[in-house]
Amino acid sequence: MSIFDFFRRKPTAHVARDRLQILLAHERSTFGRSDLVARLQEEILQVIRRHLDIDPDKVQIKLDRGDHVSTLEIDIEVPLTERAKVA
Amino acid sequence: MAKVIVVTSGKGGVGKTTSTAAIGAALAQSGDKVVVVDFDVGLRNLDLVMGAERRVVFDLINVIQGDAKLHQALIRDKRLENLSILPASQTRDKDALTSDGVAKVIAELREKFDWVLCDSPAGIERGPAMAMHHADIAIVVTNPEVSSVRDSDRIIGLLDSKTERAMRGERVEKHLLVTRYDPARAARGDMLKVEDVLEILSIPLLGIIPESQEVLKASNVGVPVTLNNPETAPARAYQDAVRRLRGETVPMVIPQERKTLVERLFGRRVA
Repeated sequence: MSIFDFFRRKPTAHVARDRLQILLAHERSTFGRSDLVARLQEEILQVIRRHLDIDPDKVQIKLDRGDHVSTLEIDIEVPLTERAKVA
Repeated sequence: MAKVIVVTSGKGGVGKTTSTAAIGAALAQSGDKVVVVDFDVGLRNLDLVMGAERRVVFDLINVIQGDAKLHQALIRDKRLENLSILPASQTRDKDALTSDGVAKVIAELREKFDWVLCDSPAGIERGPAMAMHHADIAIVVTNPEVSSVRDSDRIIGLLDSKTERAMRGERVEKHLLVTRYDPARAARGDMLKVEDVLEILSIPLLGIIPESQEVLKASNVGVPVTLNNPETAPARAYQDAVRRLRGETVPMVIPQERKTLVERLFGRRVA
């Protein structure tokens, strides 16, 4: 290594740290919390089933984690007859 | 009360088996009864690193399937009589690790020993899941390198959700063990610093094991690095980690290799 190479040398560790922080923030929302979503889905379903006869496959639960605000989105398809009953 | 520890990482080749052997031996040196259990069914290596490969008769799968009693499969270490090894099977596949079977073996080991160290296989499938399931404490072995840190993060997520403790609503006590660390490269900015890894994974630090030729030398001869040459830098780092595991407060310094006069004069290792 010549003296010129020494001055040209760029540290890389901070690049590794920054890449990991961005990647893991994303992955934690996909894998890390998936169990929380699964648990929420199961418990929310149980509560709704007490009142409505719904198809478990017609329930979508999504958790979005943002920097400031996280949103929990629950989308349940209620059969027409059931809706009539509730109304 | 026995403690079950899983030594895990997600990524392969980061030093799980080396660390299991070194920590197991260091725990046993102070008189506690210790067993190290190899969960890497099909690719066992803990027996080799511990120098017990020629004494394996029965293994974990034989015990699970009822072909052997636990005491028949346990191999007593030749150097420390209170240290035992439970080898993995080399011929079966990982499906032979049944949940009930593993639970029974771990329960029996808890009765016989003070510390049960489970050496996890790499990955996030059945083998690693079985190795971590009964753990009270997890040692997450991580190299200061992007893929290892990422995989450790996944494993931490699993420890918090898939273990018996997590399912009971309790927590597995998690510790980070940074291995193959080179302080000089980290100082130059060419390697993630321990602080970076800690910030990203945010679990408490158990120890920093410096990169060292002594680790390979110890595995060459089948002796845990803490027994092979207790004065070397990695051996001292593992001893410090074990003292922290016991609850002692030990300052976090990275042990350096002690150089002889000749090495100092020539500025490099001559060995």
